[in-house]
Amino acid sequence: MVIASPRRRRPRSTRTGRRSTLASAALLLIGLLATGGAYAAFTGAAAADSSASASIRGANITDGQKLFAANCATCHGMALQGSKAGPTLIGVGAASVDFQVGTGRMPLAANSPQGEKKPRQFTDAQVKNLAAYVASVSPGPGIPAGKYLTGNGNVAKGAELFRINCAMCHNVAGAGGALTQGKYAPSLKGSTAAHIYEAMVTGPQNMPVFNDQNISPEDKANVISYLQYLDNNASPGGLDLGNLGPVSEGLFVWIFALGSIVGITVWLTAKSN
Amino acid sequence: MADTIRDASGTDSAGEDTGTERETGVHSTSTSTEVETRSEAPGTAVVRPDAIPNPGFPPERLRVTDLDPREEKKAERAVSLWFGLGIFGAIAAVAVYVAFPLGNGDPDVNRWTTFGIGMGIALGLLGIGFGAVHWSKSLMEGHDLVEQRHTTRGSEETRARAVEVFSLGNKESGFSRRKMIRNSMIAALVAFPLPGIVLFRGLAPREDPNELLKFTMWKKGTRLTRDPSGTPIKASEVTIGSAFHVIPEGLNETEDRLEEKAKAAVLLMRLRPQDLTISSGRESWSYDGIVAYSKICTHVGCPVALYEQQTHHLLCPCHQSQFDITREATVIFGPAKRPLPQLPIMVDDQGYLVARSDFREPVGPSFWERENS
Repeated sequence: MVIASPRRRRPRSTRTGRRSTLASAALLLIGLLATGGAYAAFTGAAAADSSASASIRGANITDGQKLFAANCATCHGMALQGSKAGPTLIGVGAASVDFQVGTGRMPLAANSPQGEKKPRQFTDAQVKNLAAYVASVSPGPGIPAGKYLTGNGNVAKGAELFRINCAMCHNVAGAGGALTQGKYAPSLKGSTAAHIYEAMVTGPQNMPVFNDQNISPEDKANVISYLQYLDNNASPGGLDLGNLGPVSEGLFVWIFALGSIVGITVWLTAKSN
Repeated sequence: MADTIRDASGTDSAGEDTGTERETGVHSTSTSTEVETRSEAPGTAVVRPDAIPNPGFPPERLRVTDLDPREEKKAERAVSLWFGLGIFGAIAAVAVYVAFPLGNGDPDVNRWTTFGIGMGIALGLLGIGFGAVHWSKSLMEGHDLVEQRHTTRGSEETRARAVEVFSLGNKESGFSRRKMIRNSMIAALVAFPLPGIVLFRGLAPREDPNELLKFTMWKKGTRLTRDPSGTPIKASEVTIGSAFHVIPEGLNETEDRLEEKAKAAVLLMRLRPQDLTISSGRESWSYDGIVAYSKICTHVGCPVALYEQQTHHLLCPCHQSQFDITREATVIFGPAKRPLPQLPIMVDDQGYLVARSDFREPVGPSFWERENS
């Protein structure tokens, strides 16, 4: 509204014609409507992104439906109802589709203990269309809003939350770890902020759900900030050896420290040539 | 030095000197003709008549530094270079410490500072070590020696002399004659450590440790709160598939927060109610599929929180014990012996989850006084 009035003053200096007294009021009204409308449209889109709404900007639901029928429906059913080969997708939301398809976990390569991360089979636009289609059938968690994905959150707070809620499976440095019967918690190195957020909200595969009442969106942003800090900073303790704990560290000592001790012992006792 | 361990038992057990010097520094080349073979039966061992004879020692090989003065000079320079590296390392460690001080808040600088100090100190000592060993190996007098192994048993003469010394000592001190002195000395030696034992006993906890092990902070009506914020949890917030890490309300304000947390930590999960198998007596312990179990493993007390929301298995990361949440945390794999204790929960009039009581059995690993350990 403030912008509107000075902009409209300029024509007055170039033209000499008379103007109705209602003109400025009308212009003010138009300006208000324009800014308000734009604001509503913008925040509406943002709200839709973060909430359980079906609309994803720029997504084509019809294309998504075709992709779904061709690539997913064999296991998940034409109406997302699921089958013996795959679970129902009713209520999983756009976040779940964006995570599973966007990281290449879906479509599955084979029946195995766990769907693994692999090069993805669809483009960004196709993933978006699929997500929009699944979200249009039934509501569920949406794709997270960009403001939670910047990595500018409180790293210390994120680290504390990560240690309490995530580190038991994913390792305190996000290096991943083993679960039961061939399953494992994957490494989080290099994961995108959106995928980390979506995994927390949806609980893919055997990961528990961490909904917004458990870990608020701001705290999720803090956790993401911590993981990105780990990605962008070298380990202050020197070689991290994959951060896998006593196994890799013990193996390193076993091979290199014991190896050099054996070497020195051989040198000590051998006769000089 | 050549390996010249030879068996002299045959000569000594006979109690006579066969003429072999027990400790001689002789060149191996000259001893090769004196090699002995066993002359007497060595116990029950089978002595083969066609045994390969001892070939003796190979001829001594001289080192390059013994033969070539230029090599000797080179080795001399190498040794002093090692010592020089030692000096350099020690000075470099100090220089790095002064030039890049620790604790400036930049982890990356700290990383290289500690690396530099460590490498400098290591080089400082390794330089001395490598220099000294190289010196002794290449430049110091280095002829092959033959040293015979000593027999374990001393000569009869030595043994008799030892007995003589002991009995003389006993006689002169009166140790076995003056019984009162001896016994009072032994009593004083026994009494001396007593104060230490009593004082160490005083370090034990004042309370009965049994009670501490048997009870936790949970009481009837204690709210379940999030770890670490301590905010209460509504039943409606725990959606299916969720796992909440839970501490009792007020834990963050207690003085011994970590001790209490180590006993009272709880994992809260929600399953579909039809997935739960509930035994009689526990019907009221869960709420609409929401169950709370102690996070302390019954094996050796590691925090068990690796929850798989599809299989409903709970895995302990220390020794791979697995608990089935659908069957009241029964052990299905691994060394744990008992199921995880369940915390009975209910919902208060504001919708928050609260404990019905403390755990009905001690949490964590077995201890002597535990019933059904």
